[in-house]
Amino acid sequence: MLSRTADHVYWLGRYAERAENLARTLDVQYRLSLLPRKSTSEGVGWGLTLSTLNFADRYATRFGEDYETHRVIEFLAFDRENPSSILNCLRAARENARAVRGSISSEMWETFNATWLEARSNAPSRFSARNVAEFVEWVKYRAHLARGVVLGSMLRDEGYHFMQMGTFLERADGVARLLRIRLACEATDNAGEPVTHDYLPWTVLLRALSAYEIFRRVSRDRVTPMHVVEFAAFRPDVPRSLLRSAELVFDNLAAVANTQSGETQRRAGVLHSMLRFGTLATLGAGGAEALLQDVSERVWDLNDRIGRDFLGHVVPT
Amino acid sequence: MEPAAITVAPFDEMYTADGQVRLPYSVYSDWLIREPEDALRQKRAEADSHFHRVGITFAVYGEQDGNERLIPFDIVPRILSADEWRKLAAGLRQRVQALNAFVADIYHGQDILRAGVLGPAQIFCNDQYRPEMQGLDVPGGIYAHIAGIDVVRAGQGEFYVLEDNLRVPSGVSYMLEDRKMMMRLFPELFALNRVAPVEHYPDRLLENLASVAPAGVAAPVVVVLTPGAHNSAYFEHAFLAQQMGVELVEGQDLFVRGGFVYMRTTQGPQRVDVIYRRIDDDFLDPLVFRSDSALGVPGLMSAYRAGRVTIANAIGTGIADDKSIYPYVPDMVRFYLGEEPLLSNVPTRILRQPDDLAYTLAHLDELVVKEVHGAGGYGMLVGPTASHAEREDFRLRILAAPEKYIAQPTLALSSCPTFVEEGVAPRHIDLRPFVLSGKEITIVPGGLTRVALRAGSLVVNSSQGGGTKDTWVLED
Repeated sequence: MLSRTADHVYWLGRYAERAENLARTLDVQYRLSLLPRKSTSEGVGWGLTLSTLNFADRYATRFGEDYETHRVIEFLAFDRENPSSILNCLRAARENARAVRGSISSEMWETFNATWLEARSNAPSRFSARNVAEFVEWVKYRAHLARGVVLGSMLRDEGYHFMQMGTFLERADGVARLLRIRLACEATDNAGEPVTHDYLPWTVLLRALSAYEIFRRVSRDRVTPMHVVEFAAFRPDVPRSLLRSAELVFDNLAAVANTQSGETQRRAGVLHSMLRFGTLATLGAGGAEALLQDVSERVWDLNDRIGRDFLGHVVPT
Repeated sequence: MEPAAITVAPFDEMYTADGQVRLPYSVYSDWLIREPEDALRQKRAEADSHFHRVGITFAVYGEQDGNERLIPFDIVPRILSADEWRKLAAGLRQRVQALNAFVADIYHGQDILRAGVLGPAQIFCNDQYRPEMQGLDVPGGIYAHIAGIDVVRAGQGEFYVLEDNLRVPSGVSYMLEDRKMMMRLFPELFALNRVAPVEHYPDRLLENLASVAPAGVAAPVVVVLTPGAHNSAYFEHAFLAQQMGVELVEGQDLFVRGGFVYMRTTQGPQRVDVIYRRIDDDFLDPLVFRSDSALGVPGLMSAYRAGRVTIANAIGTGIADDKSIYPYVPDMVRFYLGEEPLLSNVPTRILRQPDDLAYTLAHLDELVVKEVHGAGGYGMLVGPTASHAEREDFRLRILAAPEKYIAQPTLALSSCPTFVEEGVAPRHIDLRPFVLSGKEITIVPGGLTRVALRAGSLVVNSSQGGGTKDTWVLED
């Protein structure tokens, strides 16, 4: 497969997944901002969201410290000038699909094209910061549809594996960040006070990961931060868990291995086994926060290495 | 015979002068009469929304984000009888054969110049002549592997060739998508009429390209070379690559090493044997042609000259489809094939010649004047519909450089019923059949019918508000 084609399908996978992850993150933070919270002003939660997503600087240069809910939502979901807004991710997914429309199935191209055209024509009339819940639902629905089209129509060739790699690297990173946002909010909420576990935010988070019912089914544990982190990080059978994502990255990478990708495969294997054999008890000094940060760093390392090994990227030395 | 000028009522494809329905349209016409206008309107809306969703569009420079435009699609088909098509196809076959022979001759022995049919200055002073091609043998002696020949009907319905497109003719994807759309919208019509299929065009194209691979290559790797997603015809490039199941490459995906052309893949370099290029000659190889081209492949020409890769269409075919060469095509048919041309040219005055220039200047209000190197309906004067000021402006431009212009009578292009705002009304049309030349010549029945959607307009180009129609060739 052409390196450029592989590059486009890889980023098609990443942008489509990023749009979905952002929608899910937005869903959690927005729902929580509606609840009466004890010590935390809504601004702190949004500030932590932006910084964990690496958007803090970009946001601050435009709006300073003003974390008004609708403004932040507008920035994360619809802002044309924020290259990683959900809307721009949908556009980028569509542009990547268009660049390889001859190499993916027609149904795939039509799905990503229709998603973008519909998003564009409905923002801001139907989709807006004041109506974000409907938008989030719609993004998730379109993501489910696209996933089905990929599964049902895409040839299982290298393109498929590159798209899967993009998807699951992005998912691991997105889920790790979402957990970090919640942990950070939790730490802030409880600063100086005895820890009183508030199950509500974590329930909302599980729901946003489409995993609340699964959690209830497979776990007798109470919904506590550590139980949720354990569940979202180490379960092999939960579709959006870190372990599941890392495993799929490893498998898809193995399917396209070439003569120079040995070290990249090894590192994907390290990420996989770290989660496969990890437990809450084995976490080091930094605890869950350090683990999640480590996952994100390893994702970006793999991203760069895949670019160099397969996609013809020149890596600055 | 001189074709009729615009003052004569145009030949209508569906109705005779006394209002009778012509035979090929009889079944369709019965259906159309019974079809309520609202239903037609609804079908047209369905077609538009589908074309948008599927992205059958042409990109407009400077616009992004899915602002690509639709080429308007008309839901009334243009219908040819089997007999009309047989005659037309024979003429096309003959013409393309002669054109290929002409290009081969120009880049080899130049017999036609020695015979005095054309003067050497017409070739060697022409920008389209490529000295880099002189003496180079190409597989099968074929240069124009894909030709789009624009034909119009005038007078009593005779076909005339308006233009030969031998460089990178486009539009075939619309021919295929228009058919798909018609079958989706009106399946019952295909049960009522025996319409010759066109769906196998991509297979034929691939066979044709493989048949001209460099000698000794058993399973040639074919690619489509595009300038990229911002090119106006990008949809067609991607479509053809997908339908043929070959890679769609950009210049940056290819490189030349050790005299061979390779593409960069995830598994390392892979040899490329045949390049169906949709990039102009000028941009193909910055080492030989325009050095500022970022679209091409450095060193491609050296691999080509060494016979290690086939480029389709060959470099330098522009020498045969230039408007200043067009008047000589009938002579080429006689010279190379020893036959009388089956298809007529539109009588053309060459303004380089003083008699023709004087006649043209005296009859500017009757003639169409075209720039020799113009394309896409630009740089042309349609005398009868132009304003006085436009004609006088053109007169000055002609006098400044008469060799840059030709003049033709304003043809009464045939009209075909077309579904427009006010209902079904006649609009002018032309036809671009696609002729494939390789080991043999193949023509998929029909081609792309383009229609001028504005009442009275004779300009069918998509850049000037033209649309397209499905073209039916009925089987016997």
